[in-house]
Amino acid sequence: MGIRMIRRTTASRRMAVLAPMGALLLAIVLNFLLYIVMGNDPGAVFYALLLEPFVSWSSFSEVLLKMTPLLLIAQGLAVGFRAKVINIGAEGQFILGAIFASAIPVWFPQATGGWIWPLMLLLGGMGGALWAALPAFWRVRLNASEILVTLMMSLIAAQLLAYLLVGPWKDPMGFNFPQTVMFQWDAMVPTLIPGTRVNVALILALLWSALAYVYMQKSFQGYQLVVGGLAPHATAYAGFSEGRAVWLSLLIGGFAAGLAGAAEVAGPMGQLQRSISSGYGYAAIIVAYLGGLHPVGILFSSLFMAALYIGGDNAMVSAGLPVAAVRVFQGSLLCCYLAAIVLVRYRLVRDGHEVPA
Amino acid sequence: MSALSFIIAGMLAAAMPFLLAALGELVAERSGVLNLGIEGMMALGAVVAFIVVRHSGGHAMGFVAAGLASAALSLVFAWLALGVRANQVAAGLAIGILGQGLSALFGKRYESLTVPGLPKLSVPGLSELPLVGGLFSQDAVVWLGLLATLAIWATLRFSKLGLVIRAVGENPHAARALGYNVIGIRYGAVAFGGLMAGFAGAYAATVYTPLWAEGMIAGRGWIALALVVFATWMTGRVVFGAVLFGAVSLAQLAAQAGGVALNSQLLASLPYIVTILVLGAISANKRLLKVNGVASLGEPFGR
Repeated sequence: MGIRMIRRTTASRRMAVLAPMGALLLAIVLNFLLYIVMGNDPGAVFYALLLEPFVSWSSFSEVLLKMTPLLLIAQGLAVGFRAKVINIGAEGQFILGAIFASAIPVWFPQATGGWIWPLMLLLGGMGGALWAALPAFWRVRLNASEILVTLMMSLIAAQLLAYLLVGPWKDPMGFNFPQTVMFQWDAMVPTLIPGTRVNVALILALLWSALAYVYMQKSFQGYQLVVGGLAPHATAYAGFSEGRAVWLSLLIGGFAAGLAGAAEVAGPMGQLQRSISSGYGYAAIIVAYLGGLHPVGILFSSLFMAALYIGGDNAMVSAGLPVAAVRVFQGSLLCCYLAAIVLVRYRLVRDGHEVPA
Repeated sequence: MSALSFIIAGMLAAAMPFLLAALGELVAERSGVLNLGIEGMMALGAVVAFIVVRHSGGHAMGFVAAGLASAALSLVFAWLALGVRANQVAAGLAIGILGQGLSALFGKRYESLTVPGLPKLSVPGLSELPLVGGLFSQDAVVWLGLLATLAIWATLRFSKLGLVIRAVGENPHAARALGYNVIGIRYGAVAFGGLMAGFAGAYAATVYTPLWAEGMIAGRGWIALALVVFATWMTGRVVFGAVLFGAVSLAQLAAQAGGVALNSQLLASLPYIVTILVLGAISANKRLLKVNGVASLGEPFGR
């Protein structure tokens, strides 16, 4: 006896909430089976990975810090994903944002003034948008897949960063480490909560989320983007060009990723270095999908993914869990989610049973 | 050895990871399924093969294990994309990230360790030729890979199986009306793609550069994806593209060894830059893509 999938007439709201939770539960079970096989103490890992990030204010503030770039990038990417413009190069746009922002403290290390960090963030956003502009041009003018071009641009960005750090931007007093000088005080985003590293960028990320909500859920242009993703011919007929959707999607996504990169160097990092991104650009793709490509959903998914990063660090220290386990968790979580959300649009019916209308 | 004969001798070996992965993806895409997870499947195959060979399992066992592991991962993708009709792009990215994570996880204890490579098998006579002689002295996997390429080309072009795969990709509804199991054939094509990506990873990690380093696939899976587009879904052109990229990556090494005054980061970016340029040049010809493209690529198929 088989099971058939029957399309629902309307998407199930109950399932839209239940399915992600079920997916999370399934991912936890699968990954903990893996930890047991690898010989880790599942209890210790469970505490360190999933509870410890939330039990103390000091670790929760680190979660908020990690959440900032993920939230910024994922909100930007989700705009494109809904318009079926698949930008998977946020990692490179993030790196370019970090590089552009670093130009000020690297070239003008003596500069002072309250204008420095806002200008750095703006430059960062522009750097990210610039890095996304080439794939947009390639897609609109040359018809080339933005999926492949954005990814290639990320690989190039990593090399560009490496070049700057071993070459022209290397800190001359830095014992030959591939990193720039430490930034001056005015080049740092102000701290938001005293005693923690949480800074004003979190407010920006939340504002950005509110903006994404208004844009995607309430504005006409956002509506056009979404409809364009669902029915390209219909929107083309209504006079909204696909090229415009591509440009908007990539520039918004690139700007957000660049802003996040700038906030990272001007925040927790305090300098440009090799490891400025812990794979945020890729993780944000998962965050966007896990949040159902909805601005509100992304708030929750970015919080959870940030906690997973912090929990992963904890579990490495206290339970000997390899860092790569976090990436396995992320990948398997997205797999579970994709399987679970099918229940939002389909009902499962056993063969031979009557299908109630 | 001159730089040119160095490139000629090594380009087939350098091409192998691109070629094997791209051929697998070609078959999957021909059936109408876009699997973006190649990079992760290659990474998983690479680590599995490395571990088997490192523990003296031999290269044959290493390749089999790698192929099976990556095929298993591709079946997870297939189940998501075909079984529960999830978004193919998202599902491909998901198993790509999963594969890379598993690769890093399993490979952690093998970082910077090495394994023995494979000996070269030469064609008597031809391998003595000046300049191009190196072309006829390759390891067993290269020779088998070239045979497999011929077999895939012939299968897609002349056999009934090839015709059915192409029909399923071109018009799944018509294929179904003719009584073919569209979903079943797509499962098979995706699993074949996984198998080949596993072989590609195995070759990269245990033959081409038999040393384990996390992230050693370094974008080659993505380039393989791009190669399928460059080749406009034709087997012969995949071979040409793969050898071209093999030669580009060797030119990097030759340039560095020859002390060419180009910085190493720019050289390392070269394959990615070439990919972007060629992708633009080929895609701009919309007619070519339309004539050779796969009509139902990436579209879900359901009742």
